[in-house]
Amino acid sequence: MAIEFRNKPGLVIYLTAGDPDLATTREIALAAIDNGADVIELGVPFSDPLADGPVIQRASERAVARGVRLVDVLALLSEIRTARPQAGLVVFSYLNPVVRMGMENFCAAAAAAGADGVLLTDMIVEEAAEYLAAMRRHGLAPVFLAAPTSPEARLKAIAANSAGFVYAISRVGITGTQQQVAGDAGELVARLRKVTELPIAVGFGISNAEHVQAVGKFADAAVVGSALVSLIEQTPPAEAAAAVGRFVAGLAAGKGA
Amino acid sequence: MATTAPEMAGPVPGRFGAYGGRYVPETLMAALEELETAYAEAQADPAFHAELNDLLHNYCGRPTPLYYAKRLSEKLGGAKIYLKREDLLHTGAHKINNALGQGLLARRMGKQRIIAETGAGQHGVATATVCSLLGLECVIYMGEEDMRRQELNVYRMRLLGADVRGVAAGSATLKDAISEAMRDWVTNVRTTYYILGSALGAHPYPTMVRNFHRVISIEARQQILEREGKLPAAIVACVGGGSNAIGAFYEFLPDAEVKLIGVEAGGRGAKLGEHAARFQKDGGGVPGVLQGTYSYVLQDDAGQISLTHSVSAGLDYASVGPEHAMLHDTGRATYVSCSDADALAATVTLARTEGILPALESAHAVAEAIRLAPTMAKDEILMVNLSGRGDKDMGILAKELDLKGYK
Repeated sequence: MAIEFRNKPGLVIYLTAGDPDLATTREIALAAIDNGADVIELGVPFSDPLADGPVIQRASERAVARGVRLVDVLALLSEIRTARPQAGLVVFSYLNPVVRMGMENFCAAAAAAGADGVLLTDMIVEEAAEYLAAMRRHGLAPVFLAAPTSPEARLKAIAANSAGFVYAISRVGITGTQQQVAGDAGELVARLRKVTELPIAVGFGISNAEHVQAVGKFADAAVVGSALVSLIEQTPPAEAAAAVGRFVAGLAAGKGA
Repeated sequence: MATTAPEMAGPVPGRFGAYGGRYVPETLMAALEELETAYAEAQADPAFHAELNDLLHNYCGRPTPLYYAKRLSEKLGGAKIYLKREDLLHTGAHKINNALGQGLLARRMGKQRIIAETGAGQHGVATATVCSLLGLECVIYMGEEDMRRQELNVYRMRLLGADVRGVAAGSATLKDAISEAMRDWVTNVRTTYYILGSALGAHPYPTMVRNFHRVISIEARQQILEREGKLPAAIVACVGGGSNAIGAFYEFLPDAEVKLIGVEAGGRGAKLGEHAARFQKDGGGVPGVLQGTYSYVLQDDAGQISLTHSVSAGLDYASVGPEHAMLHDTGRATYVSCSDADALAATVTLARTEGILPALESAHAVAEAIRLAPTMAKDEILMVNLSGRGDKDMGILAKELDLKGYK
C-alpha cells in the first residue's frame, strides 16, 4: 500500500471511474494492476472537465449521466484496495466534488478507503493550505501537476508540496493522444530533477509502448489515460477488462500494443 | 477557503472575502501571472489610459446618457426611474468597455491571437469588433444552443472576421463555451490572449473586468449628482456573471444609503435546472469552484454542476462573479430573481412607454424596477443599468410574444 514504481519505467494508469459502469471499472483496474500497472489513478467523473480532451470528456459525461458520485468512486477504490493490497491508488478529481464533500471529510474518507494519494486537477499550490493540512492529517500523498510553462519558483513549490511522485505534463494542452512524446517533456523533467528527489511521472499524450519506452529514458514513470479510456469506449463492457489487461501488458513489456 | 501554502510567500491575490482565487490547471498559471504583471503595468501607465479613454469616447460613445424615464416613472407612480444607457454604446452593450480594455492589453503584451467565449453573443461581438479595430486574430467559442437563439450575433461576429466555433458539450451554453475557451487557452497559451467576458474566472480576471466596467458607475454617480443633487435610493442591474452589475455598483459601494440590487434569472421555475438564480435560498446555489474561481455555484449534492435555464442567454450560467458572492454574504448588495415571463413583459412595457427595446438580460433589471418603483416615494430615485439593447433578441421575442398577433 504505497506509491512505488517497480517497473522501469513505472506505469500509471488513469481510468474514468464508472465508465462504462463501476463494476466494470473494478475489473479493468484489477486487470491493469495484474498486468503491470504500478499506480491506478481513479478519475472522478465531473460535469465540466475543462482540462480534458474529447475522449475523457465523453467518458466523464457517460459516468455523470449514470449518476456516479465521488462517494461511489471512493467505495470502488476501497474494493480495489481489498483485492490488491500492494497497488498504488490515487484519487484523481476536479476540485468541486471534493469541496462539496468538504476537504476534511474527503481526506478522511479517501484514507479510510485505502487511497495512497490524491491529485486535484484545478488545485494549485498557492491555494492548497487547507487541502495540504487535511492530507497530512490523514497520511495521504498530494500529487501536484508541473507544466512546461511553470517557472522555476513554481516547480520548487510544486515539488516541496508533493509526495509520492510529481506529475509532469508532457506538453501544453489538454489530455488526449498524440503521435510523439513532446520535446517539452524531457526539458521539464530535467528542470524538476534539480528541485526534487521524488519520482517523476510524465503524462498527457502517452498512448503506446513506444511512448512509454521513450519516457522511460528520462522519467521514472509514464501515465497512460486517454488511450485506455478510448479502448474501453470501443470495447463491449464484458470484454473490457481482458482488452485492458492485454494493452497494459503490452505497455509494461514494451512489446507494442 | 484556503490561505497560503507554507512554501509560497505573501497573501493569495484576488480574494473577495472567502471568494475568488485561482483554481486552474497548472499550465495556465504562468499565463495568469504574466497577465497580472502586464495589467498592473498598464494600470500604472497614463498612456494606456489615454488611449483607452480616447477610444471609449470617440469609438464607443462614452459617456453614455443617464436618461430620466418619465413616462415609465409616471405609469408606475413611485420612484423616479433613471436608465443608464449602456445599450447605446457601440456594439449595443456594456461588453465593449471590457473587450476594448483587454484588447489593448493583449496588443501591449504582444499577443496576436485572441480567444473569447460568449453567451448572448454581445461579448463575442464586442471582442470581434475590437480585434478588427486592432488587427488581431479572433476565435469565439459559443454554445450551439446560444448560436441558435442568438443567430444574428453569430452573423455579426462572422461579418467582423471572427472564427465562431460552436460548442456542443453539456447544455451547449455559456458554461460550456468557457470550458472550451479554457481548453484552447491551455493548448495555445504561449501565443494567445483570452478575453474573458465577465467578472469571472481566476485572478486577475474578476478584478480587471470590474475595473474596465467601473466607468459605468463613475459616470452615473456624477450624472445623478448633477441632475438631482442627490444619490439614488437604489440601483438595479441584471447579474449573469455580473460584469455590468459590478461596474454599475462599484463607485456606490461606500454610499451605504444606496441599495444595490442584483437580478438573477429566475427562468421558468424554482427547481434546480430551471433557473440561473445562484443566490436564491434553496435554489441549489452553494459555494464551490467552477472555471477557476470560488463562488456560488448551482450544483447537485455530489458537486456536479447543474444545468441552467433562462430565456436570456447572457444570464444562463451556473456560477457568478466572486465579488458578488462577497457582496451577497456581507449584505451590501441584495440579489433577487425575475422569471422569463416577467422579463418578457418588462421588455414590452419599456418598449411601449419609452421607445427603448432592452436586451432580455437587461429586461430582468427593468422587471425588478417595475416591481420596486411603486413601493418607493416619488422623490426617491431608482437607477437601472440598461446593459444592452434588444435587437439581437428579435427572433426570441417574435416567438415568445407571438408578435404576429400580439397587442
